[in-house]
Amino acid sequence: MNQENQSNEDPSRQMPEVDRSLLHELVAYLRDNRTELREEWVARITQAQLLEVMTPEEIFSEVTAVYDNYVDALETGSIETLQAYARDLSERIIPRGVETHEVLGIVLLLRDVLARALFVEYQRDADLLNRILDAYEPAANRIAVTVSVSFVEERERVIREQQEAIRELSTPVLQVRDRLLILPIIGVLDSARARQLTEQLLGAIQANRAKVVVIDITGVATIDLTVANHLVQTVEAARLMGASAIITGLSSKIAQTLVDLGVDLSMMRTVGDLQGGLEEAERLIGHRPAAKGSRPDAAAT
Amino acid sequence: MSVAILRQGDYLIASIQVDLSDSQVLELRDDLSERIGRARARGLIIDVAALDVIDSFVARSLGSIAITARLRGAETVITGIEPDVAIAMVQFDLDLAPLRTALDLDEALSLLDRLTQGVGEDGA
Repeated sequence: MNQENQSNEDPSRQMPEVDRSLLHELVAYLRDNRTELREEWVARITQAQLLEVMTPEEIFSEVTAVYDNYVDALETGSIETLQAYARDLSERIIPRGVETHEVLGIVLLLRDVLARALFVEYQRDADLLNRILDAYEPAANRIAVTVSVSFVEERERVIREQQEAIRELSTPVLQVRDRLLILPIIGVLDSARARQLTEQLLGAIQANRAKVVVIDITGVATIDLTVANHLVQTVEAARLMGASAIITGLSSKIAQTLVDLGVDLSMMRTVGDLQGGLEEAERLIGHRPAAKGSRPDAAAT
Repeated sequence: MSVAILRQGDYLIASIQVDLSDSQVLELRDDLSERIGRARARGLIIDVAALDVIDSFVARSLGSIAITARLRGAETVITGIEPDVAIAMVQFDLDLAPLRTALDLDEALSLLDRLTQGVGEDGA
């Protein structure tokens, strides 16, 4: 364990030959004073108005578990158990609205509480106190970082999952009638979503043998150059597969943006609203000769 | 001959089954051009459904085949482009406008019917 600590810390601050025994003493002290230190910690948490979404009993039981894991981590130098616990804890408290600053605050409070206790305990011997703190600080910092990082990682994982879920929900490809698909786009169109949308649309064109797709962007507030170009590429890719794409519901703001950005719209077939788009689509599908060799005009009537 | 060219009425159908080398693509272009004249074909369908990849050279060549064929009197329709292939193709900085496309062989045939009828009408 000492070796492990040393590798991460400045060696000049470490005293390897005394480190182990000092840490043992430290851990023994923290175990002996478990009750008071834990209570002190809870008091500080309450005082700082952290974790207000949790009841005092919940805070106390979580605090106990973290404290014990913390001391174990100090003793063994292995942060894996603590890391797993922190991840599990994060999983439970994130849905309840616990914020990153609260978790950071709590971990730092524990560090303060323990450091202060050590100071009180060893203040008669400045040299010993120094060495105790030398042993304690790197380990404590490492633990604080571990817990905070676990929380943030868990949070990011949750966010990623939600983004994924929103994305899947937000781009349905609907078949309105034979060979006609509608793709309503609502919300923010970023490039990741635009890419996913293209894949879904092209897959649906193949699966449904679609002839015409109406892409309705009434629900899109803004668009940037990357996304606009992606939209143009989507239309072109749909054409390569043999389907015509109609864009409907371009707001005047988006139309203005597209013109200002200089997006090449020559390949885009656009119609004002979804109703118009569907009418246009029906016309396009109707143009397909009903029987081989028949006149297009005859088929349309 | 790496690509079989079938004749169906006034149309030629070339079905590409394996990835072609650059020289094979050029060979196909010359072949098709020659066959269009010989068969007096009015339409050409190139089926690429078996291809997982269409690189920029092949994409450009398909365009030049279409233009060559038109000069020889036949309209060209490409059919069977897969979704992934379509996404890749639009990322090349190529003008794909000369490429007419259709979802499958059925569609390609009826599209050609429409195109060649228009030509006939104009000529009449």
